[in-house]
Amino acid sequence: MAPPIARSPRPPPRPPQRAGQPSPGGLGPWVLREAAAGMRPLRRGRAGERGAGRRGAVGARRTMAAAAAAAAAAAAPGRARRGAPMYSQKELTSKKRDEFEDILEERRLSSDLRYAMKCYTPVIYKGLSPCKPNDIKSAVLQSEQVQYVIKQLAKEVGESPDIIQEEATEILDEMGHSMQLGAVRFFAFTLSKIFKRLFQRVCVNEEGMQRLQHAIQEHPVVLLPSHRSYVDFLMLSYLLYTYDLALPVIAAGIDFLGMKIVGELLRRAGAFFMRRSFGGNRLYWAVFAEYVKTMLRSGYAPIEFFLEGTRSRTAKTLTPKFGLLSIVMEPFFKREVFDTYLVPISISYERILEESLYAYELLGVPKPKESTSGLLKARRILSDNFGTIHIYVGQPVSLRTLASGRISRCPYNLVPRHLPQKPSEDIQEFVSDVAYKMELLQIENMVLSPWVLVAAVLLQNLPAMDFELLLEKTLWLKGLTQIFGGFIEWPDNLCAKKAVLSGLTLHSNIAHLVDGQVVLNDRVEDGAIGEIVFKRALAILMCATYRNQLLNVFVRPSLVAVALQMTHSFRKEEVYSCFSFLRDVFSDEFIFFPGISLKDFEEGCFLLTKCDAIQTSQQEIYPTDKGSVIVSFLSAVFRPFVEGYQLIFRYLSKETREAFTEKQFIPGVRNFVFQLLEKGNTQCYEALSSDMQKNALAALVQLGAVKKKKMSNGFTYNVNQEAVNKILDMFDARVPVQKPVAARL
Amino acid sequence: RQELLKWNGWGYNDSKFIFNKKGQAEFTGKRYRLGGMVLPTFKEWIEKTFGASLEHKTTSRASLNVNDVPPSIVNEEFLQDLRATEISYSQDAEDRVFRAHGHCLHEIFVLREGMFKRIPDIVVWPVCHEDVVKIVELACKHNLCIIPFGGGTSVSSALECPEEEKRTIVSLDTSQMNRILWIDEKNLTACVEAGIVGQDLEKQLAESGFCTGHEPDSMEFSSLGGWVATRASGMKKNIYGNIEDLVIHIKMVTPRGIVEKNCQVPRMSTGPDIHHFIMGSEGTLGVITEVTIKIRPVPEYQKYGSVVFPNFERGVACLREVAKQRCAPASIRLVDNAQFQFGHALKPQVASIFTSFLDGLKKFYITKFKGFDPNVLCVATLLFEGDREKVLQHEKQVYDIATKFGGLAAGEDNGQRGYMLTFVIAYIRDLGLDYYVIGESFETSVPWDRVLDLCRNVKERIVRECKEKGVQFAPLSTCRVTQTYDAGACVYFYFAFNYRGISDPIHVYEQIERAAREEILANGGSLSHHHGVGKLRKHWMKESISDVGLGMLRSVKEYVDPNNIFGNKNLL
Repeated sequence: MAPPIARSPRPPPRPPQRAGQPSPGGLGPWVLREAAAGMRPLRRGRAGERGAGRRGAVGARRTMAAAAAAAAAAAAPGRARRGAPMYSQKELTSKKRDEFEDILEERRLSSDLRYAMKCYTPVIYKGLSPCKPNDIKSAVLQSEQVQYVIKQLAKEVGESPDIIQEEATEILDEMGHSMQLGAVRFFAFTLSKIFKRLFQRVCVNEEGMQRLQHAIQEHPVVLLPSHRSYVDFLMLSYLLYTYDLALPVIAAGIDFLGMKIVGELLRRAGAFFMRRSFGGNRLYWAVFAEYVKTMLRSGYAPIEFFLEGTRSRTAKTLTPKFGLLSIVMEPFFKREVFDTYLVPISISYERILEESLYAYELLGVPKPKESTSGLLKARRILSDNFGTIHIYVGQPVSLRTLASGRISRCPYNLVPRHLPQKPSEDIQEFVSDVAYKMELLQIENMVLSPWVLVAAVLLQNLPAMDFELLLEKTLWLKGLTQIFGGFIEWPDNLCAKKAVLSGLTLHSNIAHLVDGQVVLNDRVEDGAIGEIVFKRALAILMCATYRNQLLNVFVRPSLVAVALQMTHSFRKEEVYSCFSFLRDVFSDEFIFFPGISLKDFEEGCFLLTKCDAIQTSQQEIYPTDKGSVIVSFLSAVFRPFVEGYQLIFRYLSKETREAFTEKQFIPGVRNFVFQLLEKGNTQCYEALSSDMQKNALAALVQLGAVKKKKMSNGFTYNVNQEAVNKILDMFDARVPVQKPVAARL
Repeated sequence: RQELLKWNGWGYNDSKFIFNKKGQAEFTGKRYRLGGMVLPTFKEWIEKTFGASLEHKTTSRASLNVNDVPPSIVNEEFLQDLRATEISYSQDAEDRVFRAHGHCLHEIFVLREGMFKRIPDIVVWPVCHEDVVKIVELACKHNLCIIPFGGGTSVSSALECPEEEKRTIVSLDTSQMNRILWIDEKNLTACVEAGIVGQDLEKQLAESGFCTGHEPDSMEFSSLGGWVATRASGMKKNIYGNIEDLVIHIKMVTPRGIVEKNCQVPRMSTGPDIHHFIMGSEGTLGVITEVTIKIRPVPEYQKYGSVVFPNFERGVACLREVAKQRCAPASIRLVDNAQFQFGHALKPQVASIFTSFLDGLKKFYITKFKGFDPNVLCVATLLFEGDREKVLQHEKQVYDIATKFGGLAAGEDNGQRGYMLTFVIAYIRDLGLDYYVIGESFETSVPWDRVLDLCRNVKERIVRECKEKGVQFAPLSTCRVTQTYDAGACVYFYFAFNYRGISDPIHVYEQIERAAREEILANGGSLSHHHGVGKLRKHWMKESISDVGLGMLRSVKEYVDPNNIFGNKNLL
């Protein structure tokens, strides 16, 4: 009888087709186990197996290599990761990233119907005992956790537990997914058709899929994709189906249930629905948390949700939401599972489907409610071209490794595990750190298209720009971005002109080429002044959406550059104080890992030194002769934010009554900025963006200049005029930022 | 007695596992039921589990090299005073080394391949309570360090001498204090000197028709005083209780004087029970000299039993139910699949074709007819004790519960072999050491609802740590639920791996053991159920009992032994 350790945890459903036999002699059970568990080659549909042209051979070779590499990596998984601090300085030299494969190419060569009906035997979690969606629901209902809350509530409100149980059942029915292979196949078919019309290519890093395949077998997996578009929703399911991996269950907003048929279809494809706010509803919270945890603990399926909580309208990463993340982390804290893998996934769009909708929304035109008829109306976009999608599946991150040495175990040992427990402060801090870390990992692997560079250049040269100049600047920016570690997807032998032209063609709704000049599409025929401003803002915001993708890479060096310009000083201490102040002000605008201002500063300085823009000594930072171009470009990239915040702060310091709600604030500040634009007193169109307005308000709350109070009808805000003025003064560089320098530089 | 025992391994000289000329495993000696039997499948199991091979062998030093032993440094005045008391003593190297260690892996490893940095300078053998009083007085007078020594079976580094101890270290061997002073049949108590070894105690009590029923796995070698000093637990605690339930009165000699109570009563409400300062004090406060302990009439009837469960989860659920109904037999243990296979490998060669046929049939029934997966199933072993009639009735009750959880009765033989395993496992470790396999056991206690998670996670952690630390072969990482309580269970782990290719196996081993303990604590388990803390687990004491708790213990130590005469540095 073999000792259990040498056994494969789950026999692979199909014998490995091309996996090398473990070489005989001298190989212990480790190797055997590795072979059994991991050597299943990554498969991508049957057409591939039959060898569709050159793809077959290339794909096979790559898969083999990937399998070997992954197996080698798995042989010593901890050694590399162990002891890594929570925030590891990013690899600042342009790091080696995986290659991409286009999964649509195969779709274009073979039948979608056959693809949809293919034999689907996914790789699943080793400890999984298969069960139906309804079994999960009843397990949740019967769980000690939910039963406890039901009894508590029954006692408190004096109702019979049965009635509350009934309520819980209704919540579950509203929430629960009912994944069915049929629906999945339906989507596999229709999405193939739709994607092929909308997109030129859907590119995936296959090594990432290989790593994911390992992770899924080993521990419960949480998929954390970035969120830029509705397309994100089913994209991962489509991908996992293609690669024969277990399909995820996806946390979706309850709004989708408003869509007839489509809502139900999504439910059957694995979506489960959460209400937007349920802070006060204990029963809902208990049922929801338990539902998610039950699926996680049993390894039922990978759990997918968006850390950002909603689609980012600006293509900047939104600050993370912690609720769902802390739910999926809890089973590990309570040691109900050995470990949990968090997988950051970056989905980048060359052209975002909703780009104009977003711009309208940011300018205050309400977003259309999710509805089936709306969806059908939107089908006209099918004739449009949206370029390429890049999906980068990041390295799975072991929660156990992240948590090692950070979590005090006492709170969980002294209370029965089924009782609802407010997470301790160090747990909350840990969850927040993990959330930021995951978003930073997403950002690291976002793909930047040439058009992103074009947009950044164009926005500094409005309203029109000479094409040749644009070309030159774009190339220059490409070099700079690469030095900063940006992940540019620029086909090797594509000349700059072609790349820029193809970007212009794809985004012809934003800008176009006339007489050797690139012009923003902001013309209105004989409009009133208001209309002109609006149209112009629309174009700029749309263009900014693309430039914004660059900001994640640029934010640290740029803030150093801005600080250099603001302080008019070369003293490192002063520059750092100013940098730190800017970082605090923009803490909701960009993603910074909490509390490591100095590290960010050093990273910024390092990158600037690397591109010869500055030189640093022990005490001083000064721009080089050559560097002034870079420094002024970098600060110009961020000027809209600096100016926008100044405008918004000015509004808050002068124009507001004592207490206001967010609903009053947004239109107020919008009108204020709009009037200034109409009069020509400012050129900062981006200050019209409600996203920026909200972030600025949130920043003031964090800096203590605005008090936020919870009322029955939501939050109200109180401005401390004096404090806002002080911040404004610092911003306008009228007073030096005074802040003790905590750390030694 | 020292003559009978191995100097560099566990137990008796004449009992050990060997591979005979045919390459089959065999257990020598006549002391155990397994003695003289051939174990045909054991070799294969070892090879398969550890990737060990008979060709790769390490050899221990054949005997102690006296020249390596640190010299004995004893002040002449003390020796004169000691001679005056007529208490026997020795400064012989072998005597001192024998009392310089317990049975932790690293200690045995040192014996085989190196030497301790610090060992006792002198061994004394008091024969009664008064002798101990004299020795402690002398130690106070000359400022010496005393380390009490009972059976020497510690697995917590409790007997190791602190390296930095500059004073003369006196090993106080209690083995000559081994008389039963009196037996009180009316109250069913016996007053016994603390040095008596478990099996002698039971043997002598049996002559009068009594027993204590306290049977820790080490009972052949461990002493009554040691049990009290470490808060020991016995296999049959369900009937007889753990040491704290058995003890009626304790007499202990401390540097402050003698501590005892004024009466021998079943319970008293006189503030915190001072016995609880003594039990678990691990030799840091004084020497336990006499213990009054509960006795019971020897049971009329004993019966082993076993139940097979389809998987570990069901087995734990069954034990939980048995505990809930408070009908646990004298002993009930649940071994996981790996340990079941381990036990299986120790099956002796069967005598006849008929038995082998019967075994085959049994196996067929369980795996094919009942559909149990032989690589998943697990086994509970049972021991019933008492009146014949009641035992049979009890047996039925337990088997009925087991049936509800999918259990199948699997015969007495399997049960008995399971218990035998716990006595011979320490011998197996010595065999392993000869073939590059090192291992150890450790234990914990845990609430019922966390038993499964703890077992799974700790085993997994061990496997992972081994992999990370470069161990070339997957380790044996196995557990059993070995005691049941109302509120939880005691879980026992065995862990062993093949260390070929690792330069510092003991260090690696210790790192892994430490990680496993961290995992236990993170899963809501205790620092120790019955092995004690010693010096091995001191590190976690503060976390285990809080700062204030530690302070309470410290203040007792400071009052009782202000000059740290009992300076073995355990616990605190």
